[in-house]
Amino acid sequence: MAKFRHILAGSTGILILVLGFLSCKKEEISFNQHIRPILNENCLACHGGVRQLGDFSLLFPETAYAPAESGKRPIVPGSHKKSEMYQRLVHTDPGERMPQDAPPLNDQEIKLIAEWIDQGAQWEDHWAYVPPGLPQVPSLNSSWPQSDMDRFVLQKLQEAGLDPEVQALPATLARRVSLDLTGLPPSGKMLAQYLEEPTATHYEALVDSLLASEHYGERWASMWLDLARYADSNGYEADNHRNIWRFRDWVIQAFNSDMPFDQFTVEQLAGDLLPDPTRQQLIATAFHRNSMTNTEGGTIDEEFRLASVMDRLNTTFEVWQSTSIACVQCHSHPYDPFKHEEYYNLMAYFNNTQDADLSSLAPGLATWEPVDAQRIEQIVAFIDRMRQPEIDKNLTQNQSLGDKFKEALFPTLIPQLCDDFQHVQINTDGSVNNQVINLSEGLNRRLYFTFNNIELEGLQAINYYYATRGTDARIKVYLDQLDGLLLQQVDFPYTTRQAEHVWEQTFTRESFKLRNQIPTGKHHLVFELINTTAKAPDGLVTIKEILLEFEEPPSKQLRDYQNELWELRTKADLTPIMKAKTPGFTRITQVFDRGSWLTPTDTVTSQLPATLSRGTAIGGDRLALAQWLTGPDNPLTARVMVNRLWEQLFGTGIVLTVEDFGTQAEPASHSGLLDFLALRLMNEHQWSIKSFLKEILMTASYQQSSRVTEKKLQIDPYNRLLSRGARFRLTAEQIRDQALAVSGLLDGTIGGRSVMPPQPQGIWQVIYNAQQWETKPEDKYRRGLYTYWKRTSPYPSMVSFDSPSREFCVSRRIRTNTPLQALVTLNDPVYVEAAAALAQRLKPLEQDLEAAIRQGYQLALVGEPSQETIDILKQLYTEAAEELGTAIQPVTWRPGERIDDPMMVVANAILNLDGFIMKE
Amino acid sequence: MKLSQELQYKAGMLTTRRHFLKQCTTGLGGMALGGLLGCSSWEPSADKAPLLSEVLGNAAHFAPRAKRVIFLHMAGAPSQLELFDYKPELQKLHGKPCPPSLLEDKKFAFISGVPKMLGPQAKFSQHGESRAWISHRLPHFSAVADDVCFLKAVHTDQFNHAPAQLFLHSGSPRLGRPSMGSWVTYGLGSENENLPGYMVLVSGGNTPSAGKSVWGSGFLPTLYQGVQCRSQGDPVLYVSNPAGMGRDLRGKSIEAINKINQQQYREFKDPEILTRIAQYEMAFKMQVSVPEATDISKEPAYIHEMYGTEPGTTSFANNCLLARRLAERGVRFIQLFHWGWDTHGDNIQNGLNNGFVDRCREIDQPMTALIQDLKQRGLLEDTLVVWGAEFGRTPMQENRVGVDTPFEGRDHHTDAYTMWMAGGGVKGGITHGETDIIGYHGIKDRVHIHDLQATVLHALGMDHEKLTYRFQSRDFRLTDVSGKVVQEIFS
Repeated sequence: MAKFRHILAGSTGILILVLGFLSCKKEEISFNQHIRPILNENCLACHGGVRQLGDFSLLFPETAYAPAESGKRPIVPGSHKKSEMYQRLVHTDPGERMPQDAPPLNDQEIKLIAEWIDQGAQWEDHWAYVPPGLPQVPSLNSSWPQSDMDRFVLQKLQEAGLDPEVQALPATLARRVSLDLTGLPPSGKMLAQYLEEPTATHYEALVDSLLASEHYGERWASMWLDLARYADSNGYEADNHRNIWRFRDWVIQAFNSDMPFDQFTVEQLAGDLLPDPTRQQLIATAFHRNSMTNTEGGTIDEEFRLASVMDRLNTTFEVWQSTSIACVQCHSHPYDPFKHEEYYNLMAYFNNTQDADLSSLAPGLATWEPVDAQRIEQIVAFIDRMRQPEIDKNLTQNQSLGDKFKEALFPTLIPQLCDDFQHVQINTDGSVNNQVINLSEGLNRRLYFTFNNIELEGLQAINYYYATRGTDARIKVYLDQLDGLLLQQVDFPYTTRQAEHVWEQTFTRESFKLRNQIPTGKHHLVFELINTTAKAPDGLVTIKEILLEFEEPPSKQLRDYQNELWELRTKADLTPIMKAKTPGFTRITQVFDRGSWLTPTDTVTSQLPATLSRGTAIGGDRLALAQWLTGPDNPLTARVMVNRLWEQLFGTGIVLTVEDFGTQAEPASHSGLLDFLALRLMNEHQWSIKSFLKEILMTASYQQSSRVTEKKLQIDPYNRLLSRGARFRLTAEQIRDQALAVSGLLDGTIGGRSVMPPQPQGIWQVIYNAQQWETKPEDKYRRGLYTYWKRTSPYPSMVSFDSPSREFCVSRRIRTNTPLQALVTLNDPVYVEAAAALAQRLKPLEQDLEAAIRQGYQLALVGEPSQETIDILKQLYTEAAEELGTAIQPVTWRPGERIDDPMMVVANAILNLDGFIMKE
Repeated sequence: MKLSQELQYKAGMLTTRRHFLKQCTTGLGGMALGGLLGCSSWEPSADKAPLLSEVLGNAAHFAPRAKRVIFLHMAGAPSQLELFDYKPELQKLHGKPCPPSLLEDKKFAFISGVPKMLGPQAKFSQHGESRAWISHRLPHFSAVADDVCFLKAVHTDQFNHAPAQLFLHSGSPRLGRPSMGSWVTYGLGSENENLPGYMVLVSGGNTPSAGKSVWGSGFLPTLYQGVQCRSQGDPVLYVSNPAGMGRDLRGKSIEAINKINQQQYREFKDPEILTRIAQYEMAFKMQVSVPEATDISKEPAYIHEMYGTEPGTTSFANNCLLARRLAERGVRFIQLFHWGWDTHGDNIQNGLNNGFVDRCREIDQPMTALIQDLKQRGLLEDTLVVWGAEFGRTPMQENRVGVDTPFEGRDHHTDAYTMWMAGGGVKGGITHGETDIIGYHGIKDRVHIHDLQATVLHALGMDHEKLTYRFQSRDFRLTDVSGKVVQEIFS
């Protein structure tokens, strides 16, 4: 691979730069532009972040200018002769000459380095780490530009000797803008108005109506869910169901309500740390609960908890900073200025949440079905009313009972903290489960969890619903802290001899009285599970439920309410969320030697990498990190987001490597424009994505026709200069949604649980559980982003069109073009159904075949078909009619049935046209 | 994509022809031009422009010994001690408590406390000129003893199924990396442009624990993922037309689509359109070639007898025969999974003297026939057959919950187990590696999973250190940061 890169570098970028430089010698040499690419290519493998041979590294200026191991200074500003680096580049002894075991640098490269040193060896930080400054808008003599962005674009085009394209046809433009904003083809009044009278005003009205469409949020959520690695399953072997769809809906709503991107950032990364977070803000934190969970037997929860924490860090830095921080887990960054230790400073921000690779996915936010939620409200309201003396003065003693009943609800009566997750598992219903393999390891270990802030008045006993196979299990309950006042000690009597599976054990419910005089007021109850012998087999004890038994409620009505609340509790639907550990139970973060969690070394605290913080110490918690990300001093976030949005609209980012703005990234195609737009996103648009997108959609650059000329293909083959409109394949979701939309099948319902549209037999494979792929009638025609996303068994047609598996954050989808894709849109029953539905829409026009075909083409592609196209499709109709006959009855094709209508063959062809599969 | 896209971005500038190639291969690509999923031959061109591979170098780093791989993965991990690694000494220890020295610093999936040793649950005898020890559970297989190279001291890092399967196939225990077949097709493309270059055949009633990720393309383009050849319904998804859409009519409809697309090309000049035209033609060809390749019913009776196949069912035998047919047609990487080997002894299906015996019966004849059949067709020379699993099994009787399992069974074991290879330049009739007297540790010529991967790539002519792909700013490879080719086994 090194060889390939060498060829590339040699053949294009550097060579051009070098020639450019030689032709105007007086130009000042820029470290970033001229020198850094040479160093990255040739030197950093040995003198970078992974290795610093001879104590010399070119990652940071301090190590580049300081004397190396030999005592010599590699770079002496002002004199290339005195600079050891230069001397070694030109050394005649091949053993001494650098780069070692590789061809020498060419003469131009050496000259450049010498000249740079002579000019003072001025170090420059990589552009991405320098906050954007407002670039000068090019002033050009042309009537083409509609905006400042157009001026930047036109300047580059002129430099390349190219002219922009004319504006795309109205129908094409309407389709383009609709797919870009909603992921669906255009329809409705604004479209008709614009097509009838394609003025700028009507175009703007169309854009506004699309921005206001509730489908807008769905289209942009699709982009964000790849970054969030959203899936409906946990990943790894068992890959069980994960109930996290409310996060997907949160993203849709956030885009629809145009939540400013800074708020969008803070709520997802640290919503739980906001003062009095709302339910929605807590659901937003599920962004980082999309990391995978491994529940296979014998796996060590701490290992996978750490894997999640690292994934959260890596994802955060890819999504907001386009920085490949993952490289720094094991060693300093090979090319970018990040130190090994800084990875762990960053990890400290993420290392203090309560989740811990538990199969329950705790902690979770409870949501009830509306009817249950309403009932809970009623009961709580009733209890509250009892507290009002004016209602019943005799019920004053019930005041505290009211509190207690409320506490019976989530989340206070759920174990809050649990510090040895290897051995304790908290189930979805809030029960505690100790299901340990080789528990002999647990001897003398403290396995504990707490119930926080319980009103203890009247507490008499604790009721356990448990099973154990031995007599080794003991539980101690302390007041407020470990080794606090001992309230209870229970040696669990044996319940069951041996059962292979936990679920086959015999459970017993038993109440144990408390030992001491119980204090009143709110306290924590700390439960410690103890393995009293080393002999305990796996599954020391399983406690399904812990109930706190207070003195009998005085009335039957209250007792009934209590029972009803317990019942309702188990019906909660839990969304995994982030929840910070409470003080006193926080984890320390250590540097892992070579990245292995088994070899922790120095303890570190939260801090930003020096390169990004530029000297300002931030420290603090996730909230501080999140606020810094979209704060005024962050050099990257706005650029990164602008680049992402750009890539979505134009197919390629201004910086090609959307995921990496580091020193190895391709140079930006329009660096001034990137900074210009980044500043506008932050300042003029106040982080409003809708308003920013509209700015781009209103430009002449965006509205160009996507026709291309030979010359443009030569000079701008990938359209990075925007010498024409964007033309690229739709995403997996869009291809499906569009076929359903144009055929009239699409169910436009927004949000809800993920759905299981039909898929062929034998695709769905699950192990260790009985989950089925069940298609409900209402599931069939929903948009692609609602399709149930199982990481190890993805939906087949989505994968064919390059959807990622969502195991990790993915910034760019690859757009392939394969025969398997053709088979999907030709033969996948859902596409055949769409063809049937489209054919049925054309049926009324069948007498005038040409009109029917024109109508079908327009419905699907929006634009006008050429006569040639109509003739080709007419001929296909005739040929199909010869084979199938012409039917008069409606087209009612269902999967498995015979195609018997020639119009359906035509519709199937239309839905496979290049112009349909592509955005153009 | 990342680097590769950048490569193509630049290489694509050179000529339009190469631009087309990029569009259809997407990957590092030059190598894949042989037509992974078919992309090249449609072009009616005598254009002498250099291929992308000539511009960028070629992933084939030296002369290959094998052109393709058939990988027989026994999912769940069979016991080497009942099949190939004969340990008479273990019999003497049978029923005795396991010495503490073997348990120190050990972590097992299920064994807890002190388990008992479990003697071999099968008889062994020596076969062929090589006098290889083979269990009587595999009576057919003994006939090919001299064609096979046993690797007796394979070891892995992972003792749970899913991570270990991922480790074996992708070099990493975590999800997200490309599988071996993806790497191979990315490096070499396919020999047959009418069939996918990487096909997967599953039997035994379940997919492997790690799910479809074990044949996923990870961060490589999805073009390189394994295409599961299904035993029911379409052999490849959506390859058959809906009823009523006959081959003629489908041909006419694709013709119409392509004519309109050509018109579109004339207007827009986007080379991607030409690629799409080619892919629709290819899809049309695949509609014939895939069912043809996957239809074993027309094989002669003696072949069915040889493999023990029954057309119309799902079995390892059918998949072995299918594998040969795909190999004949130039599919680059043929991956078989046969599920049901997780021999813990916790139930009758998982008993060494029960379900395990059935599994052996299911594979013995067909895998033997596969080797013999490849050999008689002259295909074994350049087809590397690999047999093995994600890990092996312990010399101890499993005692989950501290109690012996009801049937004879063994726990997962990572330190030493047996795999074998045949063909593809590998010497037959040899054994590489040796375990201690109870088969617990490898004591000579150990082969780590990364070594095995390096060796497979080597057989195909690729240097595992050079077959890399840039993702998240790092060059990744199948063997991560290690791997050493087992040179000794090549002739």
